[in-house]
Amino acid sequence: MKIVEAKNVVYEYIKRDEEGNVESIEKALDHMNLVVEPGQVIAILGQNGSGKSTFAKHLNALLLPSEGSVLIDGLNVEEERKLNAIRQRAGMVFQNPDNQIIAAVVQEDVGFGPENIGIPADEIWKRVEKSLRSVGMWKYRTHSPNKLSGGQKQRVAIAGVMAMEPKCVILDEATAMLDPNGRREVKDAIMDLNRRKGVTIIWITHFMEEVIDADYIYVMDAGKVVMEGTPHAIFSRVDELQEHRLDVPQITLLAHELKQAGMPLPDGILTIEELADALRK
Amino acid sequence: MSLILDHVSHWYSRDTAYEVKALDDVELTIGDGEFIGLIGHTGSGKSTLIQHLNGLLKADEGNIYYNGQDIYDKDFDLRELRTQVGMVFQYPEHQLFEETVFKDVCFGPKNQGLPEREMTLRAYEALKNVGLPEKCFEISPFALSGGQKRRAAIAGVLAMKPAVLILDEPTAGLDPRGRDEILDLIEEMHRHYGNTVILVSHSMEDVAKYVDRIIVMDGGRVRFDDAPREVFRHYRELEEIGLAAPQVTYFLHELSRRGIPVDTDATTVEEARDAILNYFGRAGRR
Repeated sequence: MKIVEAKNVVYEYIKRDEEGNVESIEKALDHMNLVVEPGQVIAILGQNGSGKSTFAKHLNALLLPSEGSVLIDGLNVEEERKLNAIRQRAGMVFQNPDNQIIAAVVQEDVGFGPENIGIPADEIWKRVEKSLRSVGMWKYRTHSPNKLSGGQKQRVAIAGVMAMEPKCVILDEATAMLDPNGRREVKDAIMDLNRRKGVTIIWITHFMEEVIDADYIYVMDAGKVVMEGTPHAIFSRVDELQEHRLDVPQITLLAHELKQAGMPLPDGILTIEELADALRK
Repeated sequence: MSLILDHVSHWYSRDTAYEVKALDDVELTIGDGEFIGLIGHTGSGKSTLIQHLNGLLKADEGNIYYNGQDIYDKDFDLRELRTQVGMVFQYPEHQLFEETVFKDVCFGPKNQGLPEREMTLRAYEALKNVGLPEKCFEISPFALSGGQKRRAAIAGVLAMKPAVLILDEPTAGLDPRGRDEILDLIEEMHRHYGNTVILVSHSMEDVAKYVDRIIVMDGGRVRFDDAPREVFRHYRELEEIGLAAPQVTYFLHELSRRGIPVDTDATTVEEARDAILNYFGRAGRR
């Protein structure tokens, strides 16, 4: 079974004036289609306002589609009775580390999710330990979250999601407010989860160097998928990416410029090694 | 305009168990019209340093001179200094507060005690400079998009016409388009007005692309202070202190390691392209 299956999803924001009359209807999602297999790492790129976050919020039923359907592990997000089941399967990490930590002690924050769904206490403690260890934050378990760095806070937030034992984790620009070290910490923690536990990852970001290890990339613009493919295929289309106002990794851009200047290089070069090998020939 | 830091040291929680020396004997001269990148990992002292430049924090040891005057002198006007050394904090849009965008931008000049007419002119010019359309002037700043809010907040500092503009991570949290717009705008302003700009950034690629001089902080000390290509030559030492060089610098060093002797000093994509074309062009003609 597919872990995520979005078919022709439309989401409309209705703007109303002071009297409540409809002023305008904006389509944040415009017939969006996307399929994710279990265990994949998927990246979604797109400039601000392209609909990435609106789409992410459909994946655990924070928003419901105006048209079309979203299935998570075969469950339709519109079935209210299944809401808890859906949110246990699809966990979300948001952008601002300070907005998603609620407890005064790290380990209590991580235990908050499982506690809410009635997991027995000893099982909660097992999960808290397992998840904090998996993101390398176990030794901070009795610390206060407000003394942690941004990257550490995001790792605690990820542990909190992990304690729910989800099949899929959605990161909505979870590294946007972090420094380079923090970004690396979060990316390593997430890739490790994918490799060791087979958790599906949906990674929404502006940082291109974070997505070159993804299995598949979707590029969104104006509420639609405008490009999709493997990282190599996507980053072969430098001009098109720039049209959508997206970055290209520096090495890819350099290869593209050298090619335009007449050097015989293949498309879609992503790493320093690939470009050095190609130049050697 | 000149800013001189003479053996400046600063402690947090001095003489307690939590004592931290955040600045350790910093010596710097910042000249007129420079475009400087200030880099360093979290906790290296960059934020502490910039807060000294307009007197928000006071040095525990050492002196700071603005245009030759000691800013810790009893007669020195710190208020005036703060209009001369304009500071754009991280996420400056969190500080927007007025009813309209225009009023918000007027707040700084108003506190400078400028006459109404001058204040209006400056606010208008600043908003034009940051590229906000006129239809935004009279709406609430909270109705703007994220990128627009940030530009409105920057306009509020520009309206004071500071001789030195300090920006602490002005592109944090923006998408690539918003980032390019803000940095291009800062560069354009710098070229037009010739003001001194200090850009605090985590992105080596951005710093390499825009600035003429890089100051690297580590453990409260100035570790490097030179032109980008000189600083990024020390890429291994930069890594040791939690920083890095732009990707292209690594690539050129990799080429040279593999026996392709290109010029390894390039720090931007354009320079790297030229270095490689230059080498292969020569090799081709041989």
